[in-house]
Formats: sequence, C-alpha cells, structure tokens
Amino acid sequence: MSNEDKKSKFSTLVIEGTRYKTLLNKKYENRKFWKKIDQKKVYAFIPGTVVKLYVKKGQKVKKGDSLLLLEAMKMRNIIGAPRDGVVKKLNVKEGEKLYKDQLMVELE
Amino acid sequence: MGLKRKILELHKKREEVLKGGGDKAIEKQAAMGKLTARERIISLLDPDSFHEYDLFVEHEARDFDMEKKVLHGDGVIIGTGTIYGAPVCIFAQDFTVAGGSLGMMHARKITKIMDHSLKLKVPLIGINDSGGARIQEGVNSLAGYGEIFFRNTLSSGVIPQISVVLGPCAGGAVYSPALTDFVFVVDKISKMFITGPEVIKTVIGEEISMEGLGGAKVQSEISGNAHFYAKSEAECFEQIKKLVSFIPWNNIKKAKAYEPKEPKSEYKVSEIVPGDPRQPYDVRDVIRGVVDDSDFFEIQELWAANIVIGFGRMNGETIGFVANQPLVLAGVLDVDSSDKAARFIRFCDSFNIPIITFVDVPGYLPGVDQEHMGVIRHGAKVLYAYSEATVAKITVILRKAYGGGYIAMSSRHLRADFVFAWPTAEIAVMGPEGAANIIFRKEIVQAEDPEKMRKQKVKEYKEKFANPYVAAARGYVDSVIEPEETRRLILHAIDVSGSKSVFLPQKKHGIPPF
Repeated sequence: MSNEDKKSKFSTLVIEGTRYKTLLNKKYENRKFWKKIDQKKVYAFIPGTVVKLYVKKGQKVKKGDSLLLLEAMKMRNIIGAPRDGVVKKLNVKEGEKLYKDQLMVELE
Repeated sequence: MGLKRKILELHKKREEVLKGGGDKAIEKQAAMGKLTARERIISLLDPDSFHEYDLFVEHEARDFDMEKKVLHGDGVIIGTGTIYGAPVCIFAQDFTVAGGSLGMMHARKITKIMDHSLKLKVPLIGINDSGGARIQEGVNSLAGYGEIFFRNTLSSGVIPQISVVLGPCAGGAVYSPALTDFVFVVDKISKMFITGPEVIKTVIGEEISMEGLGGAKVQSEISGNAHFYAKSEAECFEQIKKLVSFIPWNNIKKAKAYEPKEPKSEYKVSEIVPGDPRQPYDVRDVIRGVVDDSDFFEIQELWAANIVIGFGRMNGETIGFVANQPLVLAGVLDVDSSDKAARFIRFCDSFNIPIITFVDVPGYLPGVDQEHMGVIRHGAKVLYAYSEATVAKITVILRKAYGGGYIAMSSRHLRADFVFAWPTAEIAVMGPEGAANIIFRKEIVQAEDPEKMRKQKVKEYKEKFANPYVAAARGYVDSVIEPEETRRLILHAIDVSGSKSVFLPQKKHGIPPF
C-alpha cells in the first residue's frame, strides 16, 4: 500500500477542538445517534398485538388518555397519549401484530 | 492369575469409557469441525502429561428413565497436566456425551478439579462445549452451576483462570467464562449468549443468527466478552500455550523468566511517533521497540482497539502493557477502552506483574451514546484500578496527555512510581486549539481578523504549555528522556522497584465502580 492510500483511509475525529487523523472502528461507525423524542408519535415499545383501539381519527385526547391496548408477553398494556392533541393518524388496526418500534398513532 | 484378570478388567472398563459418546456422536462432532474433548486436552497439554481423574464417575439422575442411560464420565473430562512444563488443572466438557449437558456429577467433577487447582495454586483451564443444564436433573443441575461460579469467584486473583469456548455455551453456563480472566473463542465454533436467537425473536421480534448474536467474532469485536479470537482450534491452542508462558501460576509465584533478548532492530522507538500530536501511528510498534525480541502478546486485539493491552518480556520477565492507540479513534478513552484497561490492570496487580503505561491520549470520546452508557462510571474504573494497584507502575508519556485522560493514565497523582516523558510530550489541561478558544475567547472575537488572532493565540499556548516541562517543574514528571533511552530506563525502574511495598488502609475490599 502506498503512503497515499494509507492516508486516505483515515478519518478526522474532533476532540476538544483538535482535529485528529485516525481510523474509526465498526462500533463507533454503527453507534446510535440520539434523537429528540417526538411526543406526537407513539411507537410500540415491545412487539405484540393490538387488542383494542380506544380512539378514532380526529378525536381529541388529553395527556394520559388511553389510545389502545397492546398485548405483549401475556401482558395487557394500555398505551396512553403522551400529550394533549388530536388523533391525526391511526397506523394500526385491531388484531394487528406489531414489531418493536412500529409507529402506532400520530397526534397533532 | 487373579491380578492379571483384574488388570484386564480395568483395561476393558477404561476402553469402554474412553469411547465417550460413541462413534456416531464422535462423527457428528467431527462434522461440526470440532475435536473431541479428549483430543482437545491432548493437543493443548505437553505430550503424555495428562492424568485423568474421575473416569468412572456415573450420573445420579433417576427420573425420566435416566437411570437406564449410561453417560460415560458424565460428559466431562477432568485432570492435571502441564503446558511448557507449567502445571495446570483442566476440564473439558464432552459434547458427544448427552450434548455435554451439565448434571450433578458432571458439575461435581468440575468443582473437584477447581478445588484442586485452588489448593495446588496452579492455573485452571476450562474447555466449554455444552448444550447447557441437563433438564432431567432439574435443580441439581442449577446447583452445579452455582457451585462452579462460586469457585470461579473464590479463585479470582489467586490462580489464573482460562476459559476456552469450543461449542455452545449459553444461558447461565456462560457466566463461568465471564468470571474467569481470559476467554478464548474460535470462528464458527464458539457460541455464547444468555438468551438465544429463538427467544429473542419471540419476545422482542429481532431476528438474528446464532453467529450474529454471539459468535466468536461478535464476542471478540463487539461485546469484548472474549479476549482471544482464532480461526481454528489448533490456532486457539497455540494462543493458550503462549498466554500460559507469560502468566504466573498463582498470586505468589512469579511468571517463568526467559532468556533476555534485545528488541529487533526494525523497531526504532525514535522513528515511530510523529511530532504532530494529531497524526496517527501504531503504538504497538513502540511496545515492540522496548520488549525482548519485539515479542508483544496482545490481548483483546479486536475490541476497543483505541487502547492496547498485553504482555511482553523485559530482561526475560513478564511485564503488562497498557497504551493509548492513536491509530484508532485517536486513542481516546471511552466506555469500552476503560473497561478493557481497568480489568487488565487488576489482573497484573493481582499477579504481581509490573505495569508499563504508554500515554498518548487526547481525552474522552464525546457523544450522547457515551454519556448515556455511563462513561463516567466506566472511566472511573481506570482511575480506580491504577490507584489501587501496588505493583511497580511505570509511565512513559509519549506525546499528548490532556485533561482527565492525563490523570487516568497512571499519572504521578495515582502513585505511579516512575513517570518519564519524551520531549514530544504535551501535558496540559487540553489541546492548544481547545484551550486557546476558551482562554482567549474575547481577544479572538474582538480581533479585526479573528482567524488570524486565533491561530496566533493557539501558537502562544502551544509554546507555553504544550510541552513536558511545566509538569516536570512540579515534579509530576520525574525525567524528560530521549526515546532511545526508554528501554534502558524502564529496565532500571523495574530493577529498583523489586522490593516495592506500599501501605494501604486496612479494608475488607474496596468498591470499584463495576
């Protein structure tokens, strides 16, 4: 490998204002970026089945109101609204099986 | 002839048991690319050195028709032997006998050899290849695991414990390797996890193969549970032998000394490290430049490569090395590299192996993921491990040593016995760029040409603080040395610290930030 090739595989990593030339590892490259939690979107925190929907599209809800019943590992979890708002979209149906982190309800 | 007949009877009995799980099961084992338990022991130990115990042990299970089953040796082989003349106790689970499943007598055989190793004060090697608990034996099987874990803990820091995972090692069983000092894995053969792919799929909905979940590569590159990765069992055994040659038999004896050798001429320490602290290089070449025969035996090479740990010899004696690696992630400290270094420091301290630290650290890795993973707690482990270590601690600051990283990397303040610094060392609260931006913020913002002012201020800071002399003026660094002097001075430091003794406050044990 020529010196030029070797140089090209290096990335820049900034630590306290200084730019270092270095290799990155797989774990660093695949790290999860933190995202601000969007309170308008309700995701399935666990894979399971939607047993019942308590709300309809366009319905007004208050923070804590039940949105739906998600059964997972024999536990019935009532999913509450994270904030006041209006149900903008219901992405799931009763009886539907969900995977983890699937978007269930969108509020407005 | 009564005696002759009885001897023949013994031969017959032995022959029967030595078949393990029988030809069919052995064929299956070979088809998986695996050696049998007995073959593994023979390949690992010195020729003809293995002496087996408990060959005729039978299982105790009486339920589910188990009483009709014969399980030779109850699925595990135990005994004593030697590696390069060093005595070891060894057990190897025999997958050909009931899938190496662990029943009560199987566990008793393992705990017997564990007790033996602790009493004889010799290293313990465990070869794991087991489907897990023998369900038919119920709670007795769980008791067996518990007794093993307890002994792993009791022996920790007294005798070196080595785990070799050559097959499945799942569920509770995998806690035994986790409690031992070194874990060896082999590509496509080792599988380690607490909950398997099936359960994960059902419960969480994540689909992953066994290899992807807990194969050899994953455990040695992603999780850090394994210390040594090999492509084949033969390569794995060579790694184990080499490790055994470096470590002492117990916490009282020293490791065997070898013939001293000079480092190879191709590793010139003065030509490896670039002067500019932002440029990468492979710090392992610096280690090779100071150790006998340039033979550096790296541990956890694939995981958290931003710090390097391993053994080398100097003047024939085993030394532990810890070094920041500017080649990977600029050599920062982070969650993984802190865990990696701290545990190794504790191993060296327990077994009286002097620790040499090569410092070239820009600080800690920034990021939400790092903070949320608890880099505070993990980083603290390094401080703890260095502070409590009472073996000879020798520090060489090669280049940058900034901020908290400087303190953590075996600084004088954590009672390093010798602190050397190269003339390229920069011991400061942070790098010149960061420091100038903070200290001279006003001047820079108000300047007609801020960029020009910034550059000038960085230069000023560099000249004043980016050197080893500010720290040397306070005695935080004992001597500023030329790179070529490194080996000679380390040897001197080891020589004069042979009778080191330290007073520590009495306590049952400390509470490290595990």
